[in-house]
Amino acid sequence: MSTVIRIAPPVVELAGVTKEYPGGVAALRGVDLTVERGELLAIVGPSGSGKSTLLHIVGTLDLPTAGSVRIAGYDAAALGDRKLSALRAQHIGFVFQAFHLVPGMSAQDNVAEGLLYSGLPRAERRRRAGDALERVGLGERLKHRPHELSGGQKQRVAIARAVVGEPDLLLADEPTGALDSASGEAVMELLHELNKEGATIAVITHDTEISEMLPRQVRIRDGLVVEDVGNPVAASLSMGDAR
Amino acid sequence: MSGRRPALKPARLTPRDVLHTGSAGMRNRPMRVVLSALGIAIGIATMIAVVGISASSKEQLLQELDRLGTNMLVITAGEDLLTGKKVPLAKDAAGRVARIDGVEHVGATGLLPFSVRRSDKISDDITGGIAVQAASEDLLTTLRARMMSGTWLNGATGKYPSVVLGDVAAKRLGITAAGQQVYINGQYFTVLGIIGPLPLAPDIARSALVGWDVARSQLGFDGRPTTVYERSADARVDAVHALIPRSVDPQTPRNVNVSDPSSGLQAKAAVEGAFSNLLLGLGGVALLVGGVGVANTMIISVLERRYEIGLRRSIGATRGQIRIQFITESLLLSGLGGAAGIVLGAVATGVYAASSGIPWVIPLWAVGGGLAATLVIGTVAGLYPAVRASRLSPTLALHAS
Repeated sequence: MSTVIRIAPPVVELAGVTKEYPGGVAALRGVDLTVERGELLAIVGPSGSGKSTLLHIVGTLDLPTAGSVRIAGYDAAALGDRKLSALRAQHIGFVFQAFHLVPGMSAQDNVAEGLLYSGLPRAERRRRAGDALERVGLGERLKHRPHELSGGQKQRVAIARAVVGEPDLLLADEPTGALDSASGEAVMELLHELNKEGATIAVITHDTEISEMLPRQVRIRDGLVVEDVGNPVAASLSMGDAR
Repeated sequence: MSGRRPALKPARLTPRDVLHTGSAGMRNRPMRVVLSALGIAIGIATMIAVVGISASSKEQLLQELDRLGTNMLVITAGEDLLTGKKVPLAKDAAGRVARIDGVEHVGATGLLPFSVRRSDKISDDITGGIAVQAASEDLLTTLRARMMSGTWLNGATGKYPSVVLGDVAAKRLGITAAGQQVYINGQYFTVLGIIGPLPLAPDIARSALVGWDVARSQLGFDGRPTTVYERSADARVDAVHALIPRSVDPQTPRNVNVSDPSSGLQAKAAVEGAFSNLLLGLGGVALLVGGVGVANTMIISVLERRYEIGLRRSIGATRGQIRIQFITESLLLSGLGGAAGIVLGAVATGVYAASSGIPWVIPLWAVGGGLAATLVIGTVAGLYPAVRASRLSPTLALHAS
């Protein structure tokens, strides 16, 4: 008797996802996870918990050995490499702990790379890149190269690159892992702002301090979801509260 | 509900974007680009230079042949089959040749048993390899020779003790200008002029030529030519060639030798044109090594850029687009080497041509072939690294470096 009106499918729908690596090591052992549009959640767990594998599967960089994965309504298992790539290009944005900016390329060009496989013309990609850098507060640093930026600024460039295509889902893998606490806080604040503007964001982290700043926390341990705090659907079901 | 989702289709990269991604790795490492392109450049340069130099040499010979003409025949006395002795040509051999249909010019020389020296102080044993010959007036026209300096013998000067020297003879005698004197058979002759180089008649170049009349009156010449030079219409050369022996000596035509001096030059041109296979093979080996170098660079590039590949996969590059990126890079590397090699080879040919005074010719097929070779090498060298890159797990970029 949910009163949430679904005009679009959930951004992430995992059902019974299992991932076994050759040799019988099971990284995930039947994970169910649904992320609705507009959520900001943490996937939190210690190293070895399977959260990285979960990130790969949600990001369609890897396929599960069992279970179903739907991202933005698409069944990942039914898609070949070309379609999966298109899915990533159009629906998913990634932010990495190590930024992975291209050295020797300006901030604007780095962000524009995020649209390279979108089919937009070059001038349009650069224009949108400029806008995205404005959004993350680096409008003054379009021409700076990565080595001329601080760690926090680099991560903001990387976030701009991830959101420039307005993906349905932003996956941030330990986005503050390589930053000092002040820069880390600024980055988390930026993610909050982007979420307020409508972005769906999943932050993968081992740091409970980070995860506790977010409205929903999915705890992973030994390949299973052990706790899901602040799940809006569960909350609305249990409390009858139309969010 | 998934059935209503719009179909997913990866976007195509524009050629410019392909070039941009393909050159990204090179822009960051210019030194490596230079070094790995160098091998291909050396290979292509060698091949272009080998082909270019032989083509230039051939062109030079063909130009010369064009100027000298291929329509001259040389008639000399043959040997008697029984006695083995030289059978001199008939006195009017030149006239008989001139009457053959198609013959345009006839010139004759008669060898005289004397030496030519600068003065009587020099022993007449020292001939310097220079022959003294009587020459008919038409000889110069028949040979298409040019005077390097002075004038040729004419009706008037041919009656007096005057002499025209071939360029080799003049050099050996140390004569540089008309007006100087040389000593022949107890008598000084005034040098009237010096003939320019004669590739088709090297004998004349080494001769001192005196007029037909003065040879008869003062040097005891019997008037029987030893060599007759004949020039005919191009179309009639073969017919004239066949008619000459019987016209000159109707009784024993086999005692008359007829030769075509241009055939030697033609053969030489063909030899020069056939470039050295050994050098070409050497260029091919250099090219192969260059290709291996490019492949090596590409493999290292793929290893180093695992994170970039992972990143590109995560922002939506398909396997095919990663493959294209690395093949483009490989093609750019080898194409750069090839272009540099073509320029280098052309410059090397130009330097050689300028230093030896021959025309500068780079055959277009060699340039096209060189470019095609680099494209093939670039594709082959890039294929394996590119496939490897495309098969890398896209999860790589997520691992912290």
